[in-house]
Amino acid sequence: MSVAGPTGWVGRSIRRLEDPALIAGRGRFTADLPAAHRVRFVRSQHAAGRIANIATPPGVLVITAADLKDVKPIRPMLHKFDYVPIGQPVLATDRVRFVGEAIAAVVAADEAAAEDAADAVEVEIAPADAVIDAQAALADGAPRVHDEVAGNVIVKGLIETPEFAAARAGADRLVRVALRSGRQNATPLETRGGHAAYDPTSGRVTLTCATQTPHLTRTAIADLLGLPEAQLRVIAPDVGGGFGQKMSLPPEYVLLVWLARKLQSSVAWSEDRRENLIAAFHSRDQHITLEGGFDRDGKLVSLSADVTANIGAYSCFPTTCAVEPLMAMAELPGPYDVRGYRCSARGVLTHTCPMAPYRGVSRPVITCAIERLMDRAAASFGMEPSELRRRNLIDRFPYVSATGLTFDEASYIETMELAVKHIDLAQFRARQKQARNEVRYLGIGFCTFSERTGYGTPAFAARGMEITPGWETVEIVIDPSGFVEARIGSSPHGQGLRTTLAQIIADEIGVEPRLIRVVHGDTDRTPYGFGTFASRSLVIAGGASLLAARKVRVKLAKIAGHLLEASADDIVLEAGVAKVAGTDRALPIESLARAAYHQLHRFRDEIEPGIAESATYDPPGTFANACHVAIVEVDPETGRVTLEKFLAAEDAGRIINPMIVDGQIHGGIAQGIANALLEEIVYDATGNVLTTTLADFLPPTAREIPPIELHHLETMSEATITRAKGVGEGGAIGAPAAVLNAVNDAIAPFGAEINEMPATPRRIRAALRAAEKRP
Amino acid sequence: MLGEYAAEDGRILAGGQSLVPTMAFRLAKPAHLIDINGIAALEKLNVENGSLSIGACVRHAAFHRPALAGPLGALLTTVVHHIAHYPIRLRGTFCGSLAHADPASEWCLVAATVGADITAISTRGTRTIAAADFFAGIMTTALAEDELLARVNLPVLSRDTRFGFCEFSRRAGDYAIAMTLATLRLEGGAIVDPRVGVGGAEAFPRRIPEAEAALAGRAPNEAVLRAAADAAAHAIDPLEDIQADAAYRRDLVRAMTRRALARACA
Repeated sequence: MSVAGPTGWVGRSIRRLEDPALIAGRGRFTADLPAAHRVRFVRSQHAAGRIANIATPPGVLVITAADLKDVKPIRPMLHKFDYVPIGQPVLATDRVRFVGEAIAAVVAADEAAAEDAADAVEVEIAPADAVIDAQAALADGAPRVHDEVAGNVIVKGLIETPEFAAARAGADRLVRVALRSGRQNATPLETRGGHAAYDPTSGRVTLTCATQTPHLTRTAIADLLGLPEAQLRVIAPDVGGGFGQKMSLPPEYVLLVWLARKLQSSVAWSEDRRENLIAAFHSRDQHITLEGGFDRDGKLVSLSADVTANIGAYSCFPTTCAVEPLMAMAELPGPYDVRGYRCSARGVLTHTCPMAPYRGVSRPVITCAIERLMDRAAASFGMEPSELRRRNLIDRFPYVSATGLTFDEASYIETMELAVKHIDLAQFRARQKQARNEVRYLGIGFCTFSERTGYGTPAFAARGMEITPGWETVEIVIDPSGFVEARIGSSPHGQGLRTTLAQIIADEIGVEPRLIRVVHGDTDRTPYGFGTFASRSLVIAGGASLLAARKVRVKLAKIAGHLLEASADDIVLEAGVAKVAGTDRALPIESLARAAYHQLHRFRDEIEPGIAESATYDPPGTFANACHVAIVEVDPETGRVTLEKFLAAEDAGRIINPMIVDGQIHGGIAQGIANALLEEIVYDATGNVLTTTLADFLPPTAREIPPIELHHLETMSEATITRAKGVGEGGAIGAPAAVLNAVNDAIAPFGAEINEMPATPRRIRAALRAAEKRP
Repeated sequence: MLGEYAAEDGRILAGGQSLVPTMAFRLAKPAHLIDINGIAALEKLNVENGSLSIGACVRHAAFHRPALAGPLGALLTTVVHHIAHYPIRLRGTFCGSLAHADPASEWCLVAATVGADITAISTRGTRTIAAADFFAGIMTTALAEDELLARVNLPVLSRDTRFGFCEFSRRAGDYAIAMTLATLRLEGGAIVDPRVGVGGAEAFPRRIPEAEAALAGRAPNEAVLRAAADAAAHAIDPLEDIQADAAYRRDLVRAMTRRALARACA
């Protein structure tokens, strides 16, 4: 009996090469490094105000903005969309703009002494009026967060297709929804932290830090301190999750490098959880109003949207704060075919913690908005939500959207049909009806979405970003002993990229993945690259790995051809051996490597010495897709939502390692459920954060996550050379809408509706109380 | 020792599940910690003279299985599984919960509802405080600074006592936003000796006489239970926080009370 399956390493659920060290407690994290000095930051307790005085305790080294006159402010740049550049000083200069903004850095021998000393620093602030909510910041006469930004609008975009006005006018009916998404914190298991060590011999500083982007971190800090990049080495060791929070530059890291140079010593900072919840980057916090025009058959003909994104007090490097509103504008129509589209999007400054990308970046919110619209429209047509989607999903490829995006081949309808089948929609509706007779309220929610992944240079360039990420480079070197090392500019921090890239390379050069070491996260050891974010690394670094491995294969075949006296075309590489096809003549790859380094004379000048190949990949971008389904029960007396089941039918193209893909989706769905029901950073009216512990800001535990059933399709899109699409964010993008739609389906008999995330029990009860209708 | 150090900000350390996190946040900075772990006399958990005596070092986990036969043992075992998480239950203590007096403490609710006697000792002597007189506000009790909460005595419930407990929290193991513990007996189809305690909803847990009055002598039908639940919801002076405003806390008290009563009468 044979089981059809992958013939090579790609497609197999091999165990992660990362895990033996991690599960044995042998991971190496930033906080494990010893340092001569520990740093603690004194942070603002006022959302807005002027620093009147900083009194420092005697005998303690305290750094303030006055010491940093030679350090430039962080000033990310965007060249479009009326973006107003603003600077963020590494330590607050004269003004503070959010609770948690670093004002001073205290240096002490150990953590406890640093905390004691920080407590003894007295900062006198003359408070000013603060504006916390984005809508309030837009009001006439609202306090300005930055003097140079009138009306607090730092970026704005407007798009309207020529078809919009006529399409809207001709619509049979207009359906509207106003969605509010609360503020979140990505909450990586490891908080942020850095360790900077000065080397007196070279004058260089090595910054080891919890980052997703070591090369960009080096670029940014070198620029801010006025150093050549060569004077700085950035290492991302084992990093305990990032989810975007660790892709933006923390001012704290700049201070650490400056301080290591000043003291000519080593300094370290470990963020505590409270600091992380208050002052590490936040995310989401958007209002979206949507109006869809539908024809008589339920076809979406026009869509208009207004997006207001609260971006906090400063703009994050490198993406700028425009990333959320602009991605919302570009991608809001999602997987639906609609020609008439209008969207205005604004990024609004407030006296709150700066925003940065978080897994999904705007798409969890825009997807939720349009999926709520689809469900409201389905209700207005008296149609199953899946039927309305069937009439609107893109089904021909390549598809050029109203906003000019080219959608490569995907499976929008097929994944939804798969989900409808496996969730057994008809059976659920029968069960739901029966449950209502028993005064129990079940609901089902669908979410179909597209997820643009593997953004190459042109996609980012369209936004006008000064720093335009896109490509990645991979260098593959085989040493004289035959060991393979792949050096990558991407910087995985939990994704399992060491395993999946090794699988891709293994299939090309015929070496087992466990004999391939993927090296990342060290600017001295790896080619320049942008890092790991935006569901890009498997697509882009994976593509570069494939291209570099192909070059290595060509070289190995050439070497083997010489040594085995055969044509290179006849050489087959497998199981660590090069052999002449159809013969028993073979040499281990180790022998090829020895010869390439130590016996060059055998090749009559026809090969270059050694085995080292490099390749770069810069794809056009590709759309992954999925359909998520949630089944919930709502307790109308308490507003509690219990998730009974979650199902996702996804398509991220070719799957390199099914186990890793499942893990990515499970984790994303858990975060999406948290977005929909649990997690919220809450500010009071004066700008204090009220959710400063994990007993107040509520990440889900295993008990809050239902069984998750996954189904996979693999559309082999030609948009990427590996045929793989990105899968890092999809779970987090689809889950909020599926859950919110399910909650609304459950409470529909009451005539109640909720369009706010998280849909907390209190908010659901308030919606039910307001509805005052007995089912 | 406590007598000596109380004036200098000395604090008793038993399970440390509330005090230590508070110290980690630098909200409490006691000058002295007096560790009472290992004092055998404080680890006693036994029935004497019709009551269950719980010493200061008895952990929550001691109630994972019934500490005694009958309704009280079953009640404590039902309630203990709502307290935080397993590792915390292995360290935290019953008496420590009472001394800390968090409004959301399950044990404080049990003490208030069943009528615990709380024994405090100091160099000045020993005194017993009734639960109804013990709680004074959010994390405030009748204990003096130099007094050690040495043990708590819970009256053993009669064999025919029924109980129901229901709690609402955001996640498994989180602090209760509202909870109700009800005990009662049924005699000739009527409710006798009803006790309805509500916790997590006010500054400290207490019995709600209005709800008890709505039950006493009546048949345990849906309408009666709803009336008692409504009475409880109206009677409370609800705490307001980011999880629950006043209206929502009343909703929860109504739902928890009705369900706890339904369980007691089932």
